[in-house]
Amino acid sequence: MSTPFYVSPQQAMADRAEYARKGIARGRSLVVLQYADGIVFVGENPSRALHKFSEIYDRIGFAAAGKYNEYENLRIGGVRYADLRGYTYDRDDVTARGLANVYAQTLGTIFSSAGEKPYEVELVVAEVGETPDGDQIYRLPHDGSIVDEHGSVAVGGNAELISNYLDQEHREGMSLAEGLKLAVKALSRESNGTQREIPAERLEVAVLDRTRPQARKFKRIVGRQLSRLLEVDGASTEAESSTEGSDEE
Amino acid sequence: MDFLSEHQPEMLPGNRRLPPTQGVIEAPHGTTIVAVTFPGGVVLAGDRRATMGNVIAQRDIEKVFPADEYSAVGIAGTAGLAVEMVKLFQLELEHFEKVEGAQLSLEGKANRLSTMIRSNLGMAMQGLAVVPLFAGYDVDREKGRIFSYDVTGGRSEEHGYAATGSGSIFARGAMKKLFRDDLTEEQATTLVVQALYDAADDDSATGGPDVARRIYPIVTVITEDGFRRLTEDESSEIARSILERRLEQPDGPRAALL
Repeated sequence: MSTPFYVSPQQAMADRAEYARKGIARGRSLVVLQYADGIVFVGENPSRALHKFSEIYDRIGFAAAGKYNEYENLRIGGVRYADLRGYTYDRDDVTARGLANVYAQTLGTIFSSAGEKPYEVELVVAEVGETPDGDQIYRLPHDGSIVDEHGSVAVGGNAELISNYLDQEHREGMSLAEGLKLAVKALSRESNGTQREIPAERLEVAVLDRTRPQARKFKRIVGRQLSRLLEVDGASTEAESSTEGSDEE
Repeated sequence: MDFLSEHQPEMLPGNRRLPPTQGVIEAPHGTTIVAVTFPGGVVLAGDRRATMGNVIAQRDIEKVFPADEYSAVGIAGTAGLAVEMVKLFQLELEHFEKVEGAQLSLEGKANRLSTMIRSNLGMAMQGLAVVPLFAGYDVDREKGRIFSYDVTGGRSEEHGYAATGSGSIFARGAMKKLFRDDLTEEQATTLVVQALYDAADDDSATGGPDVARRIYPIVTVITEDGFRRLTEDESSEIARSILERRLEQPDGPRAALL
């Protein structure tokens, strides 16, 4: 009978982390950032049916990079947690912080239990507040830690590159169109420094809009509305310059 | 709901054990709910009274709730149970929508409510019945539809108009004479308030418009734009104009004899 090789706990954990990170890096990146009226989720997603972003509760949204079946599992768990909590107590008692804690527990347990393979996912849980100060964004890496983010956050393959760029460019009080354009610009940066084109139909965009009159603030932005928003910036500056031009004439 | 019944069954209305009781339990009861379809949508309205035996338990109870963006429930019967049922129903529709990424069909929603009423049958036998009226805009067929229920969960689709609750007989009589196929939204909202007025006229458990306290019926409209509840100003406007006409004609508008 052969004795199993001794692997130090540090090495075992490092291997697991490496495994999870590689899995996440294979997926496409996504960006979550604050704008004046809420929080916008932007990602590249060729599929129309398999969403990366989703509504969890009235003010809470969910974004995930990595393996679809794993984060879908976590998403449904989150919806259940939130709905059960809201039904038992009150709609106001469902918070992003509570949800992020549950996710952290789940991910942490799975990551450190020797029997299971670690989840190859990285999550973002965001809650839109009454004012921009009340917005909360939590990033949950594969190992179950929680990072409290402000302004903007990127997860997935090129996350580091993208978030560096976002940290430089993002400022408070951007309009939705500005925020969206910035996010797309950040997503289209390649690691070798070049830019590539992401067409509107490959983008998945959703917002948590605090100005929505309904209790449920989550909304997907698709089709015409999306292309209009993407054009707005370029077109409006062009339009402005052309109207200015015509004024001068 | 399946998840809940597996994990916390005591939270579901149907799974509670009832203590043995003698006779009828006294609990607040909601009374009359009416609904009318019109081309382009449906109107659902309810009076504001809850009674407990011969006592008025509450003057300003709300008995019409949005179920989701395109449907609403009006409840008659034991108020406490009914409100809980609606809460669970709203939760289930929202939960389904979030998990599946698509809305249930209107038929699906109506069937779901039917199951929930059936699960309350034990309580209904002890006098704690809940009999809702479900109305919604069918996005696929592009029209408003109404579903009525009995205590056993039996579901039937109503065409044109429907009523439930203690004053429903009188409300239905009024609507029968006033209903037409080509009502506008405005006419439909007036019609339901007329029907509630007639119900309150003849049924002691139904409350009419209370001008002194500014309590007016709740009127909701569901069209392709979604659910909308008339503001207090709008519903008081309707109620007042009806009251004014009734000062001259206490029995309301007359239908032609032939």
